[in-house]
Order: sequence, then structure tokens, then C-alpha cells
Amino acid sequence: MEIPQDWLFALLGGVLIGTAAAGLMWFNGRIAGISGIWSGIWFERGDQTPRLVFVAGLLVGGLLLTFLFPAAIPDLSQMGLARLAAAGLLVGIGTRLGSGCTSGHGVCGLARFSVRSLVATATFMAAGFATVFVLGRLTDWV
Amino acid sequence: MMAYVSTFFMGLLFAVGLGVSGMTRPEKVIGFLDLTGNWDPSLAFVMGGALMVNGIAWRFIKPRGRSYFGDPFSLPRSQQVDVRLIAGATLFGMGWGVGGICPGPALTSLAFFSPGVVVFVTAMTLGMVVGNAARPQTSEARPKTGEVGVR
Repeated sequence: MEIPQDWLFALLGGVLIGTAAAGLMWFNGRIAGISGIWSGIWFERGDQTPRLVFVAGLLVGGLLLTFLFPAAIPDLSQMGLARLAAAGLLVGIGTRLGSGCTSGHGVCGLARFSVRSLVATATFMAAGFATVFVLGRLTDWV
Repeated sequence: MMAYVSTFFMGLLFAVGLGVSGMTRPEKVIGFLDLTGNWDPSLAFVMGGALMVNGIAWRFIKPRGRSYFGDPFSLPRSQQVDVRLIAGATLFGMGWGVGGICPGPALTSLAFFSPGVVVFVTAMTLGMVVGNAARPQTSEARPKTGEVGVR
């Protein structure tokens, strides 16, 4: 049986993400929780430099991808702006109310065996599955 | 200064990982979430790979007590599974299902200069105003030393 190439890229990408999250904790003592970092930049006081520097790293990483791995660039033309706005709004509310997203709960929290993160990850995965299931039946979005 | 270099590099590595893994492509994410449809399981390997590395790393990092550059670990205080956590994760999961984009890929994708991503990130930031208003200020992650809150 041949292993699909997508799976290998997914695994490689996952290893890079895990290395980055581990490195940020090892060197800087910080959780690589993207929603928390982004919210902190806008809505928290204190030293913003580490958060801004991390986001700068994300953006430069994104720029690198455009040259080295253009397959990463999404085609959002099929998705209306209203849909993207609705999705963004839900993600913004939900990640702050639930104190984290895929990175903070899924990658960092689970690695520390946090019960909160386990519950949050199971919940947002289930909600994601359910949402795509329902939308797939009501619309031609999926 | 070196602490900022590592912070920057980890951000960069994180973004490259997201891009290589397929997480920056909403159609891929929605394909992964489409369990009963034409399910694409590949993204399960993203979290698998990330958890494998980060889970093992944490075994070694935790006993050190402090970061390499001497900062205390900044970890969440709250240990409680409450309604807020579950309601928030549910709303986040719904948004993730609608758009196929979560915060890391969203910020990374700002570098692709696509109007759709700007709309998503703007809406997400506005949503955070609402989400922040509904959470107590005491549950923020704060730097502290020792084992309290470390699981």
C-alpha cells in the first residue's frame, strides 16, 4: 500500500508545528496559542514585544511559503466574503470564550495533558464535524 | 535579544509547518471535517505529528522549571472545565467548520494578501472583543514559577 503524499506532508508539517511549539516553551516559556497571542496584542496591556515578534515570524513564514511552497496558498474565491466574516466572528468569539484554539488547546494543551484542553479539543472537533455535516446537507458549500 | 530571535524563528517555523501540512487550505480542512462525506483524513497527521514532538518535548522541558532564557513558564491558571470553555469551543468549532480556517492559518495567510483573509481576520478580531467581554480577567495566562497549574 502506498502512503498518500498528503499524509506525509501533513505529518511533516505537524512535526514542524510541534517543534515550533516546543521551542517557544523551551526557550521563551510561552504557549504557542495563536488566538491568545493575537488577542493579547489588541486587548491586553503589558510588554507586547514577544507577541508582535511571534506574529512577525508567522507573517514572514507565510511570505516564505509563497516562494517555497505555493501549494499552501488557499483559493478563497469560492467562499463569499459574508461566509468568511461569519466564520471569523464565530472563531473570534469562541476562541476567547473557550480560552484557546487548535494550537493552544490542540497542540500545546494536549501535550501537557491538560483536562481543559482535552475537553475543548474534543468539543471543537465535534462542533466542526457537526457543522460541516449540517452545511453539507443544507447548502452546496462543502 | 536572543529571546526575540527564538520567538521570531518559532513563529516562522510554526507558519511554515501550517503551510506544508495543508492547514492553510480551507478546502482541505473542510474535507477533514467532512466525516460522512468524501472524508480526507490527512490532517489528522498534523495534530498527530505536532503532539508527538511537543508531548515528548514537554517531558523534558517541564522539569527544568524555567525557560532556557530564564523566564518562568507562562501557563494557564484555570484547571476548571466549565460552561464557558465548552460554549467557547463549540462556537469556535462551528466557525472552523464554516470557514475551514483557524487563527494560526488565518494570520499566516495574511502574507498571501488575499482580501478574504483580511475579512476573516478583521471579523475574528471583532469577535474577540465579544469573547473577551464574556470571560473573567483572572483566567489569563500569567507568568509564574513552580508547579502550580502545571499538569
